[in-house]
Amino acid sequence: MTDTLQSAIVAEGLTKSFPGVRAVDGLSFDVNAGEIFGLVGPDGAGKTTTLRMLAGILPPDAGRATVAGCDVVRDPESAKHTLSYMPQRFGLYEDLTVDENIRFYADLFGVRKSERNSRSTQLLKAAGMSEFRTRMAGKLSGGMKQKLGLVCALIHRPKVILLDEPTTGVDPVSRRDFWRILYELTAEGVAILTSTAYLDEAERCHRVALMHQGKLLFSDTPANLKAKLGKDVLSVTSAEPRSLRTVLEHAEGISSLVLTGDGVHVVVDDAARRIPEFTARLANAHVPFDAIQQITPMIEDLFVDAVAGGASRHG
Amino acid sequence: MRLRGERRAMVEQAISVSPNSVVIEDLTKRFGDFVAVDQINLRVRKGEVFGFLGPNGAGKSTTIRMLCGLLKPSAGRASVAGYDVSRDPEAVRQNIGYMSQKFSLYNDLTVMENLRLFAGLYSVPAKDLPGRMQWALNMANLKGQENLLTSTLPGGWKQRLALGCAVLHRPPIIFLDEPTSGVDPISRRQFWDLIHQMAQEGVTVFVTTHYMEEAEYCNRLALIFRGKIVALGTPTELKRDAMKGELLLVECQPLGGAVEALQSAPLVMDAAVFGNALHLVVADAPAAAPLVQTYLSERGIAVSRIEEIRPTLEDVFVSLTTSRNAAEARTT
Repeated sequence: MTDTLQSAIVAEGLTKSFPGVRAVDGLSFDVNAGEIFGLVGPDGAGKTTTLRMLAGILPPDAGRATVAGCDVVRDPESAKHTLSYMPQRFGLYEDLTVDENIRFYADLFGVRKSERNSRSTQLLKAAGMSEFRTRMAGKLSGGMKQKLGLVCALIHRPKVILLDEPTTGVDPVSRRDFWRILYELTAEGVAILTSTAYLDEAERCHRVALMHQGKLLFSDTPANLKAKLGKDVLSVTSAEPRSLRTVLEHAEGISSLVLTGDGVHVVVDDAARRIPEFTARLANAHVPFDAIQQITPMIEDLFVDAVAGGASRHG
Repeated sequence: MRLRGERRAMVEQAISVSPNSVVIEDLTKRFGDFVAVDQINLRVRKGEVFGFLGPNGAGKSTTIRMLCGLLKPSAGRASVAGYDVSRDPEAVRQNIGYMSQKFSLYNDLTVMENLRLFAGLYSVPAKDLPGRMQWALNMANLKGQENLLTSTLPGGWKQRLALGCAVLHRPPIIFLDEPTSGVDPISRRQFWDLIHQMAQEGVTVFVTTHYMEEAEYCNRLALIFRGKIVALGTPTELKRDAMKGELLLVECQPLGGAVEALQSAPLVMDAAVFGNALHLVVADAPAAAPLVQTYLSERGIAVSRIEEIRPTLEDVFVSLTTSRNAAEARTT
């Protein structure tokens, strides 16, 4: 630990190819202690491969990575006691109870009994699962299973946590519980790297890296990314969304238009100029609509903008 | 059947003349003492893209299984594409398509083999087969890719193929279960364009999902919780009307301390962390904003920004399902 400010995770030029595909291509980023960093991108973007390399499970073809100060490429065993990796399918024993699963992982990580009891009580409480200690893991709902996986992964107080799509299939309420636990960990200085295929989940991270085809499109805080888009987003609602689209599709100043359930979502160059123009255009075409409102861009708008045309602009 | 003859006749007449593709009347399913679905009522119009949302265990899957003719209702009734799900489950199954991105395709078959398999499963007549398969390939934009192994297709293609397989027999109604989960946003937008196009041609689309990104693509949404429909409307209506209270965005430091302090604040119904900010549910946002600011600063928490924001569908969903849970949660 020679650096004055050591990042909890540093990836430099990480590259990994599988036959016929470069899964991860020169990926560099770093995650600070106490930070939640999101690797965001669709299936096949290279998120899982990245996490596996950082967990010391998969050797990269090129590049280097340190986790909690340990070089996980040259010495993959070194960081095992300070990091925790939760793969998409975490190995819970369905025919063991919640408590028994926790005890199993505590033993694997060599956690002392006194420590184990206080830690599991605290974690189960945070997960809202205190009443389920004697239930078989196989009888838990999807959201509960994911939370139990997290509890097991945290039992040895890791400094760095790698989570692979932890909230897939989890309903919004359980998802909020899950995130609450993650935020509590950051207060203790834990660094969290989590992947997600859901761009709306990116909004919850302190910083995000958008991945596409093994490459990093850009990374920053959600607020800075939105400011950098340099475009405005309008929402128009109408009982006839399809007519809205027909009329607005080829209007000047639009870089993308999405048909939603009760309107359209449009990315434009300048809201102040386009709102009156679109209002007139719709009125002329006699298309009924409720309102044209400027809304905050979503991470999805950035992603589409970068992939569909403007990748070079964002460098 | 508890419906009186007269009422049943009215319902039947309504079904035959109305453009409703799904009609649900007092539909109920009990498992022992547990009421999984509790007298729900719903109508889905022909050509509508309808979203059915609910947390795990709320009764969503039980409802879908009844609508697909896989599970017999305990009481009430439902008709799908004009067929009664209790009396004629076989006809219901022949008139629906079902697609779930995760389970429907065989990865070690080619594109064409998957289509042929599903054509067989749905008993598409041999004389119609070539035409239907070409139609599905066109629709899914997979022409020229017929001999590719399904496992090698990119996510967006797989999901269009799965849709093609689900609609080979041209069902008037299709059920989609989280159809675009894990697909990149560009493919997802293309997929939903396809769905809206089908809806325009009169196909009814019934979507179940946990993802609010998908819910936004639906014309109308119903939220089921503890076996009952607790909200129904367009995405805009739900965001405007269904939320119990208003939403404040608060940026402050430290966040963790703020959440803890706000747990016992009288005005705040819910507090959730979103990255570098909090979302607070309050009864009256303009009135609450200065009070929250004072409350936090008295506890040593500096507020850098506080403003009312429009709720997202997720805020609405969480508000509707947790406000009903809150009373119990506090007592445990």
